[in-house]
Amino acid sequence: MAEKIGRVPVREQDPKVRAHNFEEVCYGYNEQEALLESSRCLNCRAPRCVQHCPVGISIPEFIAQVKAGDFAAAAGVIARDSSLPAVCGRVCPQETQCEGSCILGVKGEPVAIGKLERFVADWSRANGGVPVEKAPSNGVKVAVVGSGPSGLACASDLAKLGYDVTIFEVLHKAGGVLQYGIPEFRLPKERVVEPEIDSVRALGVKIETNVVVGRTVTIDDLLDREGFKAVFVGSGAGLPRFMGIPGENLNGVFSANEFLTRSNLMKAYDPENSDTPIFAGRRVAVIGGGNVAMDAARTALRLGSEVTIVYRRTEKELPARAEEVHHAREEGIEFRMLTNPVEILGDEKGWVTGLRCIRMELGDPDASGRRSPVPVEGSEFDIPVDEVIMALGTSPNPLIAKTTAGLETERHGCIVADEAGATSRPGVFAGGDAVTGAATVILAMGAGRRAAKAIDEYLKTKE
Amino acid sequence: MYQITKKKMLTPSICLMEVEAPRLAAAAQPGQFLIVRARPEGERIPLTICDYDRKAGTVTIVTQIIGASSRMICALEEGACFTDVVGPLGCPSDFVEMPDAALAGRRYLFVAGGLGTAPVYPQAKYLHERGAKVDIVVGAKTADLLILQEEMASVCDNLYVCTDDGSAGHAGLVTEKVKLLLADGKQYDQAVAIGPMIMMKFVMLTLKETGIPLVVSLNTLMVDGTGMCGCCRITVGGRVRFACVEGPEFDAYEVDFDEALRRQTMYKPQEQEADHKCKIGRN
Repeated sequence: MAEKIGRVPVREQDPKVRAHNFEEVCYGYNEQEALLESSRCLNCRAPRCVQHCPVGISIPEFIAQVKAGDFAAAAGVIARDSSLPAVCGRVCPQETQCEGSCILGVKGEPVAIGKLERFVADWSRANGGVPVEKAPSNGVKVAVVGSGPSGLACASDLAKLGYDVTIFEVLHKAGGVLQYGIPEFRLPKERVVEPEIDSVRALGVKIETNVVVGRTVTIDDLLDREGFKAVFVGSGAGLPRFMGIPGENLNGVFSANEFLTRSNLMKAYDPENSDTPIFAGRRVAVIGGGNVAMDAARTALRLGSEVTIVYRRTEKELPARAEEVHHAREEGIEFRMLTNPVEILGDEKGWVTGLRCIRMELGDPDASGRRSPVPVEGSEFDIPVDEVIMALGTSPNPLIAKTTAGLETERHGCIVADEAGATSRPGVFAGGDAVTGAATVILAMGAGRRAAKAIDEYLKTKE
Repeated sequence: MYQITKKKMLTPSICLMEVEAPRLAAAAQPGQFLIVRARPEGERIPLTICDYDRKAGTVTIVTQIIGASSRMICALEEGACFTDVVGPLGCPSDFVEMPDAALAGRRYLFVAGGLGTAPVYPQAKYLHERGAKVDIVVGAKTADLLILQEEMASVCDNLYVCTDDGSAGHAGLVTEKVKLLLADGKQYDQAVAIGPMIMMKFVMLTLKETGIPLVVSLNTLMVDGTGMCGCCRITVGGRVRFACVEGPEFDAYEVDFDEALRRQTMYKPQEQEADHKCKIGRN
């Protein structure tokens, strides 16, 4: 029997150093490390990892190619199912998907599938990318609303099938949440995001920025006047939630969306090359426990603030990726669990001076089976802060539903769509966060791909 | 894309530009705004739409130099291009939804302060064309800061000018002029005030007792302008609203102006620093 080796550790920037810069935290595997890690894969006959990948990447097959040293072939295997591998290798919650189901994880540590995917994607990009097969153009126009993960995935699949695809993006840069939401230190823009978007463009997909679908044009305009035969809505979940507690409109209170958009999309973290201001308090409280909360907290830390994450449940319930929580702790972010804000305190001029919180304890399990936190009466206490960032989740923007006749939504504003993405309006498909509410990059990509297939079938039967 | 086809300095610190943006021009309505970026590193700056020419595919914007970013916008010359122009954003004015027949003869009072003159223009024009009775009170610090006077005169029944120093028209504030008009027995079905936040607040206080409905257009801070960031949030009727997607126009009597005024100062120190650097860079 071959000598058992443990999971190959990945090299990272020293936490003390990276707490002061926006360079990528994780360096990823080099060739030797990737070869060694790939040798751990058992190449299972019924691979559970594939079943647990929302886009169904042939994981053992690509890892076998890595093991054989044929990285280009490995990239080819991944490209069959994913158009954004360098992104997913970095931001997927592997521990609850592929790696979470890896058989090696039962007794030891699972294969580092995410890190291997990232290695293959980065190697491939540095070595000219993957040649793709593309059907000859059929001249049929399809519009995609939003250039985030679901829109990009849908557009590239449709382009490969020969469709003439135009993506309409409301912001001035393509990428959606990859651009405005996820920070540079986790997902470098110029080095990773932009080349992946360029590879979608290389398939012939046009991206028109600065178009507010619902205002600049409506979906009806696109279908009736501009000759598009179908539309995919991947407009995401961009509307930030607030708590509705007193003091939320004080100066110094921000949504995580605002804080991160200023830093990521507008590059406010780099004042030499950006005109957009950002507020860096001395002491910052970030409310929430998801990836967005971790991103906001770690961004604030890098801007020089002392940061506390305030979360109403316990460590176990934190919805963020395990790696993000681990990194945040290493960098010196303080966590206050079982704590819920009840009021934001301000001075006479209306600027934040503190956060009044109440301690929580876990009560009986709720409908979802999670033990819901209940306040401990009389346990209020104040945390002195001069900035509060709300990372409580987002919901879909109602604009498209409001301006498209016959497009059904449910009460949270999510567009109603079936598994394949078909909405109540013939010819209009939807997927990603716009349908599910805020979720992950990979789930949105999966929805985009299924919709591309459904759009192809719809247009073929229509002919 | 987004080429400046015409530029005119209306005063030494206020410039008017016509910008190529065909999709935007085709969709724009009175009351809406747009966002520009003057350069690749540029901030997203919201500006009201002063006019639009659907045929030519251009929109007209008016910018006043008040900080680093507006200074950069005004420094762009005819023939140059904006990096980005996006819109129309926000909801059109309520009267756009009303049938033309209902607008004919309806009596409107507009109160415009400083740069607020620019967004009043397309509204007055729209209403005037449909037979509404339009009176406009325009205020500025001094006569040489008054803008678009001929254009404004051409889209209303009466144009009343006020300057703080009396260098043109009535010497005093717009609120005084409004009081005089009402004392003269003038009657209005609807009032609209657009200008500095503090002016809108005082117009609201002036009209509060009269029972005349008043709409204000709020120029809050914004980043994306599409409902994503919540930077523009304000309290209207005790509820938090986003000016970018639910506004920019609101019932003035419901707006918490003191909060809105305070929230405008959020980035004051950073903005002053940036403008200071920007001026150093030019010398």
